[in-house]
Amino acid sequence: MSAYLALFRIRFSAGLQYRAAALGGIATQFAWGFMLILQFAAFYRTNPDAFPMTPSQIASYIWMQQALLALFMTWFVEHDILSSITSGSIAYELARPMNLYNRWFCQATANRVVKATLRFVPILLIAFLLPEPFRMTLPENLEQLSFFLVSTVLALCVVVAFSMFIYTTVFYTLSSAGVRLVASVLADFFAGAIIPLPFFPDGVRQVVELLPFAAMQNMPLRIYSGSITGSDVLWGLGLQAFWLITLVILGKLAMRKALTKVIVQGG
Amino acid sequence: MKLYGKFFSIHLRCQMQYKASFFMTSLGQFLVSFSLLLGIFFMFLRFNTVEGFTFEQVLLCSAVILFTYSIAECFGRGFDAFPMMIGNGEFDRALVRPRSEVFLVLASKMEFSRIGRLLQAIALFCYAIPTSGIDWSADKVLTLFLMISCGVVIFFGLFVIYAAISFFTIEGIEVMNIVTDGGREFGAYPFSIYGNEVLKILTYVIPLALFQYYPLLYLIGVRDNPLYIFTPLIGLLFLIPCYGLWRFGLRKYKSTGS
Repeated sequence: MSAYLALFRIRFSAGLQYRAAALGGIATQFAWGFMLILQFAAFYRTNPDAFPMTPSQIASYIWMQQALLALFMTWFVEHDILSSITSGSIAYELARPMNLYNRWFCQATANRVVKATLRFVPILLIAFLLPEPFRMTLPENLEQLSFFLVSTVLALCVVVAFSMFIYTTVFYTLSSAGVRLVASVLADFFAGAIIPLPFFPDGVRQVVELLPFAAMQNMPLRIYSGSITGSDVLWGLGLQAFWLITLVILGKLAMRKALTKVIVQGG
Repeated sequence: MKLYGKFFSIHLRCQMQYKASFFMTSLGQFLVSFSLLLGIFFMFLRFNTVEGFTFEQVLLCSAVILFTYSIAECFGRGFDAFPMMIGNGEFDRALVRPRSEVFLVLASKMEFSRIGRLLQAIALFCYAIPTSGIDWSADKVLTLFLMISCGVVIFFGLFVIYAAISFFTIEGIEVMNIVTDGGREFGAYPFSIYGNEVLKILTYVIPLALFQYYPLLYLIGVRDNPLYIFTPLIGLLFLIPCYGLWRFGLRKYKSTGS
């Protein structure tokens, strides 16, 4: 365990070196959040009755999404992992006395956490001070807030477990660009990255809410904004736990299968 | 021009060497913008209109933005990748050649995989042009033509600014993505829905609304003052400060020495 912790720490401090890039990123995400809120506000003005969330809920959803972007976006990938497979340095990784799946899982989680750490405090700080239609609000009670935290951890793990599948496919294809794009576009769309799941049409929504993608950013963001409350929260956390366990088991099986016939590229 | 044609054919043949990768990237480009469209579609299933615009009118708007952005990116890619050109000293080589720098940067890169987005824009046009309920008389066709041609130029100007800034910063700055990528993504809806302040910025500072929102009003018949046909042409004035900034940066340019 301590080996994994050390790995986490190394990745974390390496990521902290790029502070200027983070600043630029914050400005961009901030403008992005504003435009998204204005977009939803236009739909709200057009027909408030058809709007499935309250304006303040959507503001909280969007700001939290921007703040935690690095945790949940499936298109962030570990280039170190991808290149270790294509360059052949995977041979060293395999020689280490650590489980490869756990090791990569740790590495990917750490990188996401450090990216998010640099960004989320300033974004949230400003978002709480904004005037009314844009202002971010706290959840109604402490309970909802703590469920949000649990759900965030689960969602992060589901996202990483999902991306492990993408890394495993690289063992077979060597070039990951295609698989990666298709997988991440699908996952982000069904996780509510483009429009939140409550805006999906009836019929489609009920199905999408059961998919593993719903266990990603959809759950924590909706718990935070108050779009999911009461017993639905517990049900949602259960769904996340279920998909996390399923994805990890399947992911480990897939990787073991891929490793039995791995061909190390020379050089 | 003949020389540009030669560069064009070299880049095309070069990218066709990696056919699988080319098609994969094109497919990816297609999917990314398709998922955005699906989002718009879902929103309209629920709301039917937004601020008085129908689904077909919004699609027409998305098509114009998607089309102009893809073309500008395909041919202006050299400016988009310009920070790298400065960083690795490639630009110093361009400076000693007997052609204008703008031409050499322009010809240094072309990105044909943007065809994925372009095809989608064309498909959107095919759907939106007949269904939008617009009576396509000659003046409306001219309006659409001006929207597209001036739109390409204005997006292109934004890439030039992005490149010019990197004369000073050496690295590309992420903040510019707000106007380029942001313009593409949020331009899927007429810019007026974002409120008056945003519309003003996009009219007077970064003139994206001049080829998107105002002529659209004429197209769908909300305004019938023929001046609205020619608003995209006013947007072309934007090229003057773009080129000015480029010249200014070029004069201040110090090589990175690598």
